[in-house]
Amino acid sequence: MTNESRRGFIGKAFGAVAGVGAVASLVAMKKTWDPLPSVMSAGFTTVDVSALAENKLEVVVWRGKPVFILKYSADMAPTDGRNVKVGDHYFSVMIGLCTHLGCIPAYLPDAHQFKCACHGGEFTADGVNTFGPPPRPLDIPPFKVDGVTLVLGEEGEEYKAMTAKA
Amino acid sequence: MAEFKKADSMLEWFDQRLGVVNFVKVMMTEYWIPKNINFLWAMGVVITVLFTLLLVSGIFLLMYYKPDVNMAFDSVNFTIMQDVAYGWLFRHIHAVGASVVFLVIYIHMFTGIYYGSYKKGREMIWISGMLLFVLFSAEGFSGYMLPWGQMSYWAAYVITEIFGGIPLIGDELVVWIRGNFYVSDATLTRFFMLHVLLIPLAILGAIVFHFYALRFPHVNNEEGEFFDFDEEAEKYKAGDKKGSKVIPFWPVFLSKDFMVVGFFMIFFFYLTFYHYGFAMDAINFDKADGLKTPAHIYPEWYFLWSYEVLRGFFFDIAGISGKDLGLIAFGIANAIFFLLPWLDRSPMVKPANQRPYFKYWFWILMADLIVLTIYGKLPPTGVNAWVGFASSMTFLVLFAVLPFITKLEAKKVGGK
Repeated sequence: MTNESRRGFIGKAFGAVAGVGAVASLVAMKKTWDPLPSVMSAGFTTVDVSALAENKLEVVVWRGKPVFILKYSADMAPTDGRNVKVGDHYFSVMIGLCTHLGCIPAYLPDAHQFKCACHGGEFTADGVNTFGPPPRPLDIPPFKVDGVTLVLGEEGEEYKAMTAKA
Repeated sequence: MAEFKKADSMLEWFDQRLGVVNFVKVMMTEYWIPKNINFLWAMGVVITVLFTLLLVSGIFLLMYYKPDVNMAFDSVNFTIMQDVAYGWLFRHIHAVGASVVFLVIYIHMFTGIYYGSYKKGREMIWISGMLLFVLFSAEGFSGYMLPWGQMSYWAAYVITEIFGGIPLIGDELVVWIRGNFYVSDATLTRFFMLHVLLIPLAILGAIVFHFYALRFPHVNNEEGEFFDFDEEAEKYKAGDKKGSKVIPFWPVFLSKDFMVVGFFMIFFFYLTFYHYGFAMDAINFDKADGLKTPAHIYPEWYFLWSYEVLRGFFFDIAGISGKDLGLIAFGIANAIFFLLPWLDRSPMVKPANQRPYFKYWFWILMADLIVLTIYGKLPPTGVNAWVGFASSMTFLVLFAVLPFITKLEAKKVGGK
């Protein structure tokens, strides 16, 4: 009997040590796969939008992703909650990745429309999906308006106002 | 230590220490294979040979390949292809081998389905085989990323993006898998590790398990006949080789396999030397560019059918988005074959053409997979999108109705 309980205790103690070790190893392995701190902290892109041409798509890179900046011409109607006014002009600021599977849609200036070549998805100039498999409008990255520059990666007043409406 | 007497021969010396005589008997000369089989039973050995070729060619490529976003493309397309003597040969063998191994895996799989070699005791053979299929798919996908061309990059992008569809943790999971917000150096090096070490180790283990799973239920035969292997083996050993229903794995079964392997290798090296283009997409000879999507993205031919199921649902149904429906269908398509032994409710182990209802199911499935494969490569616009939807639905419906069809069949044949 004493032998049995001694054996049982040793077994349980071994199980506890092995269990803690296994969980700790899994945590370490998970964290080894995490993005590095340098990746997480690199992440602000500043764009001067005052010199952009109307109805011509500007693509900048933010966190490795293309960001579309489209300056509206007078004949294009802005949408509440999708466009931001910087100076006298309205702009679309959107992550340029199709919300279906992440291809980069092309801008057709005459039609004021984005078209994705991968699976035929279409978006309006303000990024709303109108046809095909994309499940939602193009995502809007966090941004801040600072005079005539846009700071991507920082949540400014205009961004908060837009996401509150959407 | 056991008492060792002086060995009279080298064989005896090894036998004393490693039991080689008994080992060869158990593994080779007295491992019994049915006699009533055809060339389709050689596919397992063909896959093993191809896997060996992939392993060896991969070892040579590994000597010059550099897993770094700035160096990977050139290390493949300049160093290996132009500087290394016969580097091109190893790359062609590796690329063609990766493509052709899937062809043979599919033949092997559908042979199993046709002859009913997945049920009545053979479930674990089937499950371990499907596990190998999944591992080979992961190996193919991770390897495809390494040359760091445009197709490498965008295939990696699209496939990792798929995990974003998992509820709640999707977005974080994608970043975790990639090690960055986008497919980057961290992604390349970790998939390099998976491709050259972790997945090959898992494949080797799964192959051993797959072979072991064959030992008790034994290999199926052309008529699905069940017989006493021990009894037939005794007959063979007693000299009645003609009357026995079995042959030894070595030398009789393998000698037949080697002939098939011989013909197959002629075909394989014909492709390697003269017709390798199908396995090396032209777009992948442009270096990866994360800001320029190729006009048309498609996977290698062996993933086209499941890719077409993924994108077959391009509109919302009952409030579920087309994207989610595609993901669900894609998930089902990749998992459903595992369940085949339990979806088939008929006890019949016969070639499909001798089964009253299953034969229709089998050939419709074949036709559907061919349609999915063809349309998976075409741009999904206009009528193509609808063909994709119809063939994706057909695939799902086929598996949904299989239990009912086979139940009816069981009734009709009365438990035979």
